[in-house]
Amino acid sequence: MLPMIEKEVIERRAWASTDEIVDIFALAQSLPGAIAINSAIFLGYRLAGVLGAIVAAIGVVLPSLLVILGIAIFFVSFKENKAIMAAFTGIRAAVVGLVAAAAVRITRSSCRSVTAGVLALLSLLINLFTDIHAMWVILSGALVGIVIYYYLPGKVSIRESGDEQQ
Amino acid sequence: MIYLELLFKFFRIGLFTIGGGYAMLPLMQHEIEVNNWISSQEFVDIIAIAEMTPGPIAINAATFIGYRVGGVFGSVVATTAIVLPSLLIILSLSRVLAKYREHPVVKSIFAGIRPVVAGLILSAAWFIIAAVILPAQLENGVTATVDYASIIIAAAAFFLVAKYKFDPIKVIILAGVVGLVIF
Repeated sequence: MLPMIEKEVIERRAWASTDEIVDIFALAQSLPGAIAINSAIFLGYRLAGVLGAIVAAIGVVLPSLLVILGIAIFFVSFKENKAIMAAFTGIRAAVVGLVAAAAVRITRSSCRSVTAGVLALLSLLINLFTDIHAMWVILSGALVGIVIYYYLPGKVSIRESGDEQQ
Repeated sequence: MIYLELLFKFFRIGLFTIGGGYAMLPLMQHEIEVNNWISSQEFVDIIAIAEMTPGPIAINAATFIGYRVGGVFGSVVATTAIVLPSLLIILSLSRVLAKYREHPVVKSIFAGIRPVVAGLILSAAWFIIAAVILPAQLENGVTATVDYASIIIAAAAFFLVAKYKFDPIKVIILAGVVGLVIF
């Protein structure tokens, strides 16, 4: 989705320069939510204020809302179809592989130090064996980050913690 | 009321999805387990559909779950709710954020959050593996051929994507065809 935004915004509409769009993507990554959505909202805001941001958000979400809604409505009747269910048995297995691959990739790029590895392991164990909401785990991660990377500098380098936020 | 519940919970998911679409998985999986909105098998189906259709996976999953829980209006509420935190934060804080993105405290926060989110995604991956591979074993008592097939497809998909950088959509279509032939 990001290459599409880039092409439309820079080449076709000249709404922003390449530097600006790189900045927007970088900022969009460090905010909660999907990167493509955040980038669209940013651009909308920059070009046309609050209303622009809202319109951009609606515009970028509406196509997938309609497509998924259509699929969701027919999904129940798909379920009666034996061929589709057989295909989905295969697809479910593939999703297991895809999610595992994504999890491994994200873990590799965000755990480049022992400290980060320990943090990831702790959060893995907490989520597997307790009912604590992931929200609290993430907030604790933020706090721990401030303590070990800001108040105990020199011991651990932020650079080691990886840079990919896909 | 179901719509208020959808609004609150998907707002929370949107607010804590930090680090891209997959960061949404553990949060959504948690809500699904606690609220019994849909079965874990359906959750896996939704991930497959979300991967295959355009648009971010988190948004697609919100739309689908919203529809299953509260119909067409439910899907609109869930989708709006998951985008709302982004919208509100960008409208209110974009200048501040652009200014302080390189600040040491902000960087330390992200350095702490990133590995934690990775751990959460790993655990969500484990739940998905369990949902697809384990129930079939339990139902059949003895391990049936179906399980081996699923495990082989999962392993093949893993290596195709992780090692050979295959396009996930192609892997899903391929697995669908294989499923059609063998199941």
